[in-house]
Amino acid sequence: MTYFLIIISAIFVNNIVLAQFLGICPFLGVSNKLSTATGMSMAVCFVITLATLVTWLINRYLLVPFGLTFLQTIAFILVIASLVQMVEIVLKKTSPSLYAALGIFLPLITTNCAVLGVAIDVVTKQFTFGGAAHFLSLGESLVYAFATSLGYGLAMVIFAGIREQLALSDVPKAFKGVPIALVTVGILALAFMGFSGMVK
Amino acid sequence: MSNKLKLITDGLVKNNPTFVLILGMCPTLATTTSAVNGLSMGLATLFVLVLSNIVISAIARFIPDKVHIPAYIVVIATFVTLVQFLMQAYTPAMYETLGLFIPLIVVNCIILGRAEAFASKNGVWDSALDGIGVGLGFTCSLTVLGAVREILGSGSIFGWNFLGGDGMLAFVMAPGAFLCLGYLMVLFNKFLKKD
Repeated sequence: MTYFLIIISAIFVNNIVLAQFLGICPFLGVSNKLSTATGMSMAVCFVITLATLVTWLINRYLLVPFGLTFLQTIAFILVIASLVQMVEIVLKKTSPSLYAALGIFLPLITTNCAVLGVAIDVVTKQFTFGGAAHFLSLGESLVYAFATSLGYGLAMVIFAGIREQLALSDVPKAFKGVPIALVTVGILALAFMGFSGMVK
Repeated sequence: MSNKLKLITDGLVKNNPTFVLILGMCPTLATTTSAVNGLSMGLATLFVLVLSNIVISAIARFIPDKVHIPAYIVVIATFVTLVQFLMQAYTPAMYETLGLFIPLIVVNCIILGRAEAFASKNGVWDSALDGIGVGLGFTCSLTVLGAVREILGSGSIFGWNFLGGDGMLAFVMAPGAFLCLGYLMVLFNKFLKKD
């Protein structure tokens, strides 16, 4: 039941883009076309889950025992940066087709604050899914990370669909580009507010 | 001297990080629930930006080209950790409010952007001024956005409830952030941006 609540909460109620404001730059940057939006979401999904796994373990078995939790920010960003590089190298060798699909999106992910945000969130924040406030276990963290990135993909794909239509419509000059996109996201976020309160 | 002054004023309007360069959107949207919150986030970013610009411009010559991005990130992350400590010690309430977005200053693209585009190619003094200019531009944008959202959302400004009632709650929440920033950008394009 806890896992189910985590999934619903992470995808709809606390959507990472529309409610938590993480990963906005790539969200606005690559959502012009549905195909690139899907590629980016897949890459983010992959990296967020992997990064959360590694940073959770590092935090639990390295930083906490030695009393070094103040190094979280520095340690995590370095881990994420090297992880992204490694994933890129491994994919290039083992799965050229997946590498071609994710391609240019992988290096961009290092500076996607969604990755660092989720990694820091799961080790510092207490969640209250289905009961008392507690720090997430490794399994819960991974489910949370994966569901969060699914929420990212959902928002991205919906928005890319809207944007493809928007490109065809006649927009006033001052609204062109980012402003109209922001107003659209605002309305999308209003719709997602309908989910709020579903999971406490 | 006018040249030095221009470094600062450029960051405010011509290269405004929020409205023109459209960088650092996450903290811009997330922390501007009130004018004070926006101002605090802006100042924290300004602090990191100026110091990292100074250090990076001083050491850029000694860093091998291949590892310059990781090296810059370590410098930036160091100052972010410093800000975390300072805020925890002196403004614990504000640290709680801004929460996750303080450590996330590390991945704010404005800072790495200025390090890469300006500090690595210019002297220490110029880089410091550039950091101040861009940082002030960011701080002003965040304060204005925070003020607009606070007026519409809670009917107050800097905590002073001049309307004597509640506002439209949606403007303090997520949708209001996107809508306000979108419309402010439109006004900026219309009146301040020179083509």
